[in-house]
Amino acid sequence: MKLLKATTFLVAATMATGAVAQQDGGRLDLIVQPEPPSLMLGLVQNAPTQMVAGQIYEGLLRYNTDLEPQPSLAKEWSISEDGMTYTFILNEGVSWHDGEPFSSEDVIFSTKFLQDNHARFRGAFSHVESVEAPDANTIVIHMKEPYGPFINAFEAGSMPIVPKHIYEGTDYATNEMNATPIGTGPYEFVEWEKGSYIHLTKNEDYYIDGLPHIDDLYYRVVPDAASRAVAFETGEVDVLPGGAVENWDVARLTEMDNVCSSSKGWEFFAPHAWMWLNNREGPTADKRFRQAVMFAMDREFVKDVVWNGFGTVPTGPVSSKTNFYTDDVPQYPYDPEKAKELLDEMGYDGTPVRLLPLPYGETWQRWAEAVKQNLGEVGIEVEIDSADVAGWNEKTANWDYDMAFTYLYQYGDPALGVARNYVESQIQKGSPWNNVEGYVNPEMDKLWEQAAVEPDNEKRQELYTEIQQQIVEDVPVAWLLEIEFPTIYRCNVKNLITTGIGLNDGLRDAWIEE
Amino acid sequence: MAIAGAILSRLLKAAITLLAIAILNFFLVHAAPGDPAAVLAGEAGAADEQMIADLRAQFGLDQPFYVQLARYVGNIVTLDLGYSFRQGQPVLELILERLPATLILTLTAFWISLVAGVALGVAASARVGKFTDTLITGTALLFYATPLYWAALMAVLVFSVQLGWLPGFGYETVGSGFGGLARALDILKHLILPALTLGLFFMAVYMRMTRASMLEVAQQDFVKTARAKGLNPATIRRRHILRNALLPVVTLAGLQAGQLVGGAVLTETVFAWPGIGRLMFESLAARDYNTILGVFLVSAAMVIVFNILTDLVYRLIDPRIGHKA
Repeated sequence: MKLLKATTFLVAATMATGAVAQQDGGRLDLIVQPEPPSLMLGLVQNAPTQMVAGQIYEGLLRYNTDLEPQPSLAKEWSISEDGMTYTFILNEGVSWHDGEPFSSEDVIFSTKFLQDNHARFRGAFSHVESVEAPDANTIVIHMKEPYGPFINAFEAGSMPIVPKHIYEGTDYATNEMNATPIGTGPYEFVEWEKGSYIHLTKNEDYYIDGLPHIDDLYYRVVPDAASRAVAFETGEVDVLPGGAVENWDVARLTEMDNVCSSSKGWEFFAPHAWMWLNNREGPTADKRFRQAVMFAMDREFVKDVVWNGFGTVPTGPVSSKTNFYTDDVPQYPYDPEKAKELLDEMGYDGTPVRLLPLPYGETWQRWAEAVKQNLGEVGIEVEIDSADVAGWNEKTANWDYDMAFTYLYQYGDPALGVARNYVESQIQKGSPWNNVEGYVNPEMDKLWEQAAVEPDNEKRQELYTEIQQQIVEDVPVAWLLEIEFPTIYRCNVKNLITTGIGLNDGLRDAWIEE
Repeated sequence: MAIAGAILSRLLKAAITLLAIAILNFFLVHAAPGDPAAVLAGEAGAADEQMIADLRAQFGLDQPFYVQLARYVGNIVTLDLGYSFRQGQPVLELILERLPATLILTLTAFWISLVAGVALGVAASARVGKFTDTLITGTALLFYATPLYWAALMAVLVFSVQLGWLPGFGYETVGSGFGGLARALDILKHLILPALTLGLFFMAVYMRMTRASMLEVAQQDFVKTARAKGLNPATIRRRHILRNALLPVVTLAGLQAGQLVGGAVLTETVFAWPGIGRLMFESLAARDYNTILGVFLVSAAMVIVFNILTDLVYRLIDPRIGHKA
C-alpha cells in the first residue's frame, strides 16, 4: 500500500508561501465570461460554471500544477499494488452549507447522481466495479480492471460531490435548489443577479482552519471584450481569467502598475488546438495532403502574431503539459516546398477546401485568415465557412466540413482527454468532442486500450510514445497550438493560482494584501 | 364610444396578428442550425450519445415537430411562455427579471431623444439659415451618422477611463449596500452614458423631422392668416405651427416606442446593462428556444400596443382624425 499523508502537503504549502503573514478579509471582483447557464456543477460542467461553482462544490482530491493529487474532501488515499482498489479517508467535521453533516453516504450518492448527468464521469466510472462506504469517513472503490488515469478523475469539475439530502428522490434537473447551490466548499452562494453578477461569501464553518481568507467574491458578467478590458483598467474588477480579453489587450493591461499575469493554472486542462481534417472524403482523406497542410502552415508565426507570443507549437496529439508526453516524433517544420512536393506526389487537382473557424472572437477569425494565406501559397484554395457556436457544433458533430478549428481539454492523462479523438469506438455522430475526423487505425486502438489499463507507468510511457509516433506520422488532424490563457490580476492578490485548474478552485487559498 | 369600439376591434386584430407572429417565430427559430442540447453538449467540452439523448428528451426535442408546435401554441393561448431548461427557470420569470432594467434605459433614452429632438428642431426652424441652425443641424448629422457601437465605446473611454466622471458599465455599484435614494442616484449615474448613447440617433432624427415639418407648415395659409390677425409670433409657433408639425414626429415616436423592449441589444452589451436585449441575444446563441420565443412575443406585443397608442395620440393632437367626413 502506498499511503500518502495530507500533513506532508500542508507543510510544503506553508513553506512555499514564505514568511509573509496571510491577511484575512477583503473583496475580490472577477470576470466570468460568458454568464454560466447554471451553478449546479453536478448537472452542468461548462467552463464558466466550473469557474464559479468550483468554489462552492468540492471533489475528493485537488491537483497541483504538476498534476499530483492533493487532499481535498479526502485527507488520505491509497491505491492497492494491483491497481484494483482505491481507498479514500474523508475529512472529519465537514458540513454542507445548510449545516447538514457531510459523510461517505454523500459520496456514494454522488457517484449515482453523476452517472446520470456527467458524460466525462460516466466514461471514467465505466472501469469501476463497485463503490462502498465501510464507515462514515471511508470510501472504497473496486475496479473492474486497473485504470491508470483514474487517480486524475477526482477534482471538482470531474467528480463534484453533491448533497444527498437535497437531491435524493427528486427530479434532479428541475429541483428548485439548483438555483441556490449547496456544497461543502470554501465559499457559499449568496445571490445571482442575472446579467450582472454572482455573489459568493466566505464559508465561516469551513473545515480547514483559517481558510478561506477573502470575505466576498463577486463574479461580474460583462458581455463585451473591450468593456472587460475597461473594467480591469478602471479598477472595477481585480481578476481577468484566461481568455477574458482579446490577446492584443493582454500586453497593454500587464504594463499597468500593480498588474501581474500568470500562465499557470491550466495544466489539468492543457487546451490543445487543432484543425479537424475530414479523413472520410475529399483531398483531406489523403495522408499526403494532410502532411502537406502541416508543412504549409507557419505555426510559429501564428503563435507570435495572432496569439501575441502566448502558447507553444505542439509536436502531436498530447500536450507537453500532460503526462506521458514525448517529443520523439516526426517533425513538421514550416516548409512550403516540402508541402508542394507532397501535393504533386498525390496529384492534387486543386479542389478547394472549406475551413470552418471557431466562432470565439477576433483571434480565431484572424487565425483562419493566416491558415488560408499559408495554404494558398502552396496552391490549396481555402474557402472560409462561417457559423455561430450552435452552427459550428452542428456542422462538426455531423461531419459537414473539410477542415474545422477546435480546441479540447486533455484532463491530465492521454486516456482521459486524448484517446477520445483518435479511437474508432469514439466515431459517433452528434458530439463535437470525439473522433470527429474519422481516423481509423485498429492497431492504434489496441495500443490505446492497452495503455489505459497498464498499471506500470514506465510501460504506459512506452505505449504512449509508440502511439504518438504513429499518429503524428498519419496526421489525422493538424495540430496548431498548445493554447496559453494568461490570468491577469492585481499583484496584491496572493496565492491565487495554486492548482492545475487554477481559478476553478483556487480562491480557497487566495488572500489580499492591504 | 367610437373610440372604445375602435380599440376593441384593434385589440382583436392584434391578438390574431400576435398568434401568427408567434407561429412564424417558432418556424424561424427552429430553422437555425443546431439545437439547445447540442449547444449544451458543445459547451461541456465532453459529451457522449447518452448525454445528448437525455437532454433532447428533457427539452421535448425528441417529439415530432408538429407535436412541439402544437404544444407551443397551446402554451401561448393559455398565456404560458414555457420553461427555459438551459437556465432552469420559467421564461416569464426570466423576462420579468430583466424587463425593468431595459425599460429604465429605453424609456429614458426615448424621452431624452424626443424632448431634446423636438426642442432643437423648433429652435433650428426659428433661426433657419442662421448660425444656430447650422450648428444644430450639423451636430444632428454627426449623431445620425455615428455608429452606435463606436459612440458607446468612445463615451466609455472619455468619460469613464480618461475623466473618471461616470461608471463605464453596469446597472449599479455591485455590493455597495445602497438603499433608497442612494441606490436611485447610483443607478442614475450608471444610466447617463448608455441612455445618452442610445438616445443620440433618434434625437437627431426627431430634430431633422421637426425642423422640416415646422418649415413646411409655416408656409401654409392659415399661418399667414394668424400672422395677419397680429398674433404674437411665439404663440403662432407653439399653437399653430408646432401642433400641426408634430404629426410625423408622433408617427416616428410610435415606431421608436415599439423597439423599447428589443432595440437596445448593442447598448446593453457594451455597457453590460442587464437588460432583455442581452437575454434575447444570448438565448439566440444558445438556441434556448422557449426564451427566444418569449422575448420575441413580448417585443411583438409591445409593437402592437404602441401602434394603438400612437393612433390615440393622433386623435388628441388632431381631433379631425377619427371623425368620419
